[in-house]
Amino acid sequence: MSTPSAALEYATRHRLRGWEALPWVAALGAFFLFPNYLAFGTQVLVMILFALSLDLVLGYAGIVTLGHAAFFGAGAYTVGMLAAHAGWSEPISGLAAAALVAGLAGWLSGWVLLRTHGLTLLMLTLCTMALLEQAANMFSSFTGGFDGMPGLAFKPILGLYEFDVLFFRSQYLYALAVLFLAFIALRVLVHSSFGRSLTGIRENLLRMHAVGAPVRARQVTAYALSAALAGIAGAVFVQATGYLNLAVLGLERAAGVLIILILGGYGRLYGAFVGALAYLLLEHTLSKAYPTAWQLGIGLTLVLVALYARNGILGLAEALWRRWSAR
Amino acid sequence: MDLASILLGGLAAGMVLFVVSVGLSVTMGLMGFVNLAHGGFAMLGGYAIVLAMRHWGLPFFPALALGFVAVALLAALLERTLYARLYRASELDQVLFTIGLIFVMIAGITLAVGPETQTVQLPAWLRGQTDLGLLKYRTYSLALIAFGTLLMAALWLGFERTRIGAQIRAAVDNRRMAESLGVDVGRLFTLTFALGSGLAAVGAGLGAEILGLDPQYPLRYLAYFLIVVAVGGLGRVSGVFFAALAIGVLDFVLKIHFPKGGTMFIYALTIAFLLARPQGLFGKRA
Amino acid sequence: MTLSKSWTRRLAAAALAAFAAGAAAQTVKIGVVLPFTGVGAEFGQQVDRGMQMYMKLNPGAFAPYKVELIRRDSKNPSGAEAKTAVQELIAQNDVDILTGFIYSPDAIASAPLVTAAKKPMVIMNAGTAWITNLSPMISRVSFSMWHSGFAMGEAAAKTLKAKTAVVGYTDYPPGKDSLAAFKAGFEAAGGRVMDEIPMGGPGQVPDFTPFFQRAKDKRPDLFYVFVPAGDHAVAVVKTYGALGMREAGIKLVGPGDITQDIKLQSMGANAVGLITVHHYNADLDNAANRRLVAAWKQEYGAGATPDFMGVQGYDGMAAIAHVVRTLNGRIDAEGAMKALKGWKYDSPRGPIMIDPATRDIVMNEYLSELVQKDGRLYQKNIGVIEAVKDMCKELKAGKCAQ
Repeated sequence: MSTPSAALEYATRHRLRGWEALPWVAALGAFFLFPNYLAFGTQVLVMILFALSLDLVLGYAGIVTLGHAAFFGAGAYTVGMLAAHAGWSEPISGLAAAALVAGLAGWLSGWVLLRTHGLTLLMLTLCTMALLEQAANMFSSFTGGFDGMPGLAFKPILGLYEFDVLFFRSQYLYALAVLFLAFIALRVLVHSSFGRSLTGIRENLLRMHAVGAPVRARQVTAYALSAALAGIAGAVFVQATGYLNLAVLGLERAAGVLIILILGGYGRLYGAFVGALAYLLLEHTLSKAYPTAWQLGIGLTLVLVALYARNGILGLAEALWRRWSAR
Repeated sequence: MDLASILLGGLAAGMVLFVVSVGLSVTMGLMGFVNLAHGGFAMLGGYAIVLAMRHWGLPFFPALALGFVAVALLAALLERTLYARLYRASELDQVLFTIGLIFVMIAGITLAVGPETQTVQLPAWLRGQTDLGLLKYRTYSLALIAFGTLLMAALWLGFERTRIGAQIRAAVDNRRMAESLGVDVGRLFTLTFALGSGLAAVGAGLGAEILGLDPQYPLRYLAYFLIVVAVGGLGRVSGVFFAALAIGVLDFVLKIHFPKGGTMFIYALTIAFLLARPQGLFGKRA
Repeated sequence: MTLSKSWTRRLAAAALAAFAAGAAAQTVKIGVVLPFTGVGAEFGQQVDRGMQMYMKLNPGAFAPYKVELIRRDSKNPSGAEAKTAVQELIAQNDVDILTGFIYSPDAIASAPLVTAAKKPMVIMNAGTAWITNLSPMISRVSFSMWHSGFAMGEAAAKTLKAKTAVVGYTDYPPGKDSLAAFKAGFEAAGGRVMDEIPMGGPGQVPDFTPFFQRAKDKRPDLFYVFVPAGDHAVAVVKTYGALGMREAGIKLVGPGDITQDIKLQSMGANAVGLITVHHYNADLDNAANRRLVAAWKQEYGAGATPDFMGVQGYDGMAAIAHVVRTLNGRIDAEGAMKALKGWKYDSPRGPIMIDPATRDIVMNEYLSELVQKDGRLYQKNIGVIEAVKDMCKELKAGKCAQ
């Protein structure tokens, strides 16, 4: 690939392309075409949002974390406890509260943890998340602990649209709307000068220090913003499912979102979409067909993608596209 | 409870962690490869040991040796065919690969053997208690402590006194330099990977009384193994040794005096330690 | 013109055949939500086997209706997977009945769904006491932590004549439930609980030595232990032996979760003397159980055994069969609940009944002591408490009051 077109591509990356409408059209289409699958669909949308938040720190700022579920859980528990103990069940203000709490947690932990890197940082993020999980268990009279908080009910969205317990119709559209707004905000962010400085930090840390960029401040800001987004994802999860327990803070969720992002392709925003849909759909279909053996299929898929596709499915698609268009 | 019993109990648990994790530390330090499937090799070894004892009537120690050899061979094979392809890949692709591998291992074992927990029948002389003069203590725990110490000594001798050990240490400290000095790093990788995984298998078999053995083993203890490696410092056997023992003893003490706090304290202490000393006990400063 | 007699007869026969065919072709769809993978896979397998055993030993139970079991993996005990599975079973497969549910979070999360969709739910394990209060569509054939806990507390004071006890429990809701239940029963019968020791979480098996040492130092008459069924239980017994607690005169007791039949034989000689209270163990001596154990071993191997989860799967199918027959294959939630309330059955665990007031199970609790017999560990029956109800709801204790 020649340098001028790469530069052109980089310079125009922020402009909207036609195919970018595709995911949203598809999501709306799914709403009409698969009315019985909307509970599953809502889980996919929540996971996409969560994966997007991880992409901000991982794909753009280059911070590898195994503890991002800490912020997902922070948002989830904020909304859950407000609803259960303070009677505050208005969904949109709940989202704002969740974003605030999670963002604050991200900012604080970012300041403390981001001075390390590599395996040390990985373990620190993991331990922080595990610590939160233990704390939630210790105060289980508040949080419901392992058995969780049943019967969380939320007021209708904007006072008009009630949460649909059985078919998840309003939950799906609600999650889609939140995802859409969050995505726009994120897209603007990564193509702004802030976003570009993050890429600089990821690609060449020394040089960024050399040009006097406020590296640590940028990293922490990115971490905090990502945490806030993850908190929003957690809040939507609780509002849509109406149920909350310790699993929102678990290693399984944190590892799951990491796998999904790597699978789809990190550093591209759309990798979150592809990864979440591919992984969850595969898992869902396999586990219905083979309730005992589906993990084998998933494992093999991950191994194959890791071996043959550098940077996930999107990376593979891009490489194939380049090869095809270079003919 | 007296100090001696607390120490012995914690040390025994720590020893199991050491035996399983030492391989992970060396391979991560040497190869720079994030092998999250390390616990999977441990589990496969544990199962090989249990099944050999049950179906072929092998006694305990020969079964351990068999587990070591079987897993070492499997690890060497996988390293040459699959792992080697990913050495140049990004860390995240390595994570994806090894997690996929864990899933395959878990599903494979569940389908082949079943989801039940497996138990190891210890030889008769290991059950019961031993009189140490000052106190009576569980023979099995004492045996674990003895084995772990011997292993540590053997590994230390191996690393400090043999040529291969020197080559490994050199490659951990500076791979390019070692290569330019004529060290066959590729062969070293395979050897260490096989050895480390074999040790993990032995650890799983030995520790089955304490840590249990079932298909979920690799995921359940992944965090613990990683913590031990991070706290010990990558690539340093002595680091893993003391980190594992420290964590084992601390965990024990905390549980007696603060059962409510549970694992929280371990995580909090790990965070505090890693913040104060990011390179771990004996790791090199990055 | 009237039809000739032979034609009338033929038409009537054809009509009857069509009617019978219509009824016989009717399939009852049962959604089964169990963990087939992950940490609960072993338990899911036991319940599933229990269900299969019922159908094998009672082939005519559902006749003339066909039964279609649709299995969904609830994976890990987070509740969210189970909820999605239940939603899809209702929305896509249009099941008539939902059953399974090993873990309480799975049942708790699904409760609002079955209420909204008006589908009956038969719980085959999840033991948190207040679950049946969550929805009028829920009935339970398994147990509540209070069945065994409260009964053990009473038996400890009255039969075993213990005055003091220390309680060790895994720190999560079933553990706390069991602690509360034991304490309520024990102290009502004159005992005193000296110390309550939380022993780690359900996720991993901790090393129990420090906790048991603490209990041993308090010198109680009795040490009541609750841990989740499975590997925790094996570790408990080993630690008890390793610390020489029996020699120190401390009896180890607990609910039958700690002597689950599928783990029992691997516990070794240290388990001898252990006293438990539970609604089932494989050594129960009644005709239905002898038949079940024999058939189980024949189907799944001499090393396999039914356990309390297996028998819950068995009885759950019996309950569902009763519902199907009573409602003639057309299941509606109100009718199903009505059919279940007051239902009695001679189960391998003895006589059971569904309490019309709470839709929870009423059954015998057996006091057993582990002994060595015929070269294996054997549960010797030393007492029976009949027709035990869930005391949490009876006494309206804590969350059961809602």
